[in-house]
Amino acid sequence: MAPLVPKTGDAIFASIDRVNAELFTLTYGAMVRQLLTDLEEVDVVNKQLDQMGYNIGARLIDEFLAKSNVSRCVDFKETADVIAKVGLKMFLGVTASVSNWDPEGSSFSLVLDDNPLVDFVELPDTFQGLHYCNILSGVIRGALEMVSMKTEITWIRDMLHGDDAYELRVKLLKQIPEEYPYKDDE
Amino acid sequence: MAGTACFIIVSKNDIPIYEAEVGSAAKKEEASQQHQFILHAALDIVEDLAWTTNAMFLKAVDKFNDLSVSVYVTAGHTRFMLLHDSRNEDGIKSFFQEVQELYIKILLNPLYLPSARIASSHFDTKVRALARKYL
Repeated sequence: MAPLVPKTGDAIFASIDRVNAELFTLTYGAMVRQLLTDLEEVDVVNKQLDQMGYNIGARLIDEFLAKSNVSRCVDFKETADVIAKVGLKMFLGVTASVSNWDPEGSSFSLVLDDNPLVDFVELPDTFQGLHYCNILSGVIRGALEMVSMKTEITWIRDMLHGDDAYELRVKLLKQIPEEYPYKDDE
Repeated sequence: MAGTACFIIVSKNDIPIYEAEVGSAAKKEEASQQHQFILHAALDIVEDLAWTTNAMFLKAVDKFNDLSVSVYVTAGHTRFMLLHDSRNEDGIKSFFQEVQELYIKILLNPLYLPSARIASSHFDTKVRALARKYL
């Protein structure tokens, strides 16, 4: 009999190797700082963070599926719950909540109350347009694209800009059917 | 409550990164410039004194008329200097320790370059509140 699908990522989070939270936060901070020094423009840095997140997500999805044993998601709603409860818990140690479904069920909001990436961070005035956690949006986009869902992700609320939580809007653009990498008749 | 008090943070490269007038007396333009001058003149004395002792809190290092300068040196050789006319040493020591906690949080911000000016208004508000509480 197949192992039970986990409802939350707590058990997996407890069983895999973990790293010191401050080390993680400070490493991410140092990386963002270096990107700002190298690239100088806030928009370019945002794009670069997103691209880095995309590369991470494309690889992360394999580890996620291997460790968590979730079965194929029936619809986008289930995907959203799996990301929020299992995925984020497993890799970041925080759970998010899913809200604000639009009428067609093709986009939702992921709300994070607690975000380990931004401990101690305060945005100075020169970097006001920076989406410090943009790597997260890239990770989700990359991971979903590897399971045949093309999405678009935007930040709605950001605590570093003065809001009370982090809110990501995830919109499903289309489902890409699986393609064979080679043609049978050649 | 100190009548006049001027608080400055000087980094290890001798660049002032934060200054605030925290006294409860009315601010006068000439007086604040004079305060800054006194504090900077005391830096040499602090430099010598800091290496003689392993305590972080150096008490009154200099006197000017009735104002005295107290200094707290952090592990990274950042100096918190306070010009004041009060006699409350323990209060000043507690003030310095609390400011150090706030300063550590600023240092942990990856977007803060070391030895840059502290521009955070949050830090400024907190320091003034602490000054009212301890001085």
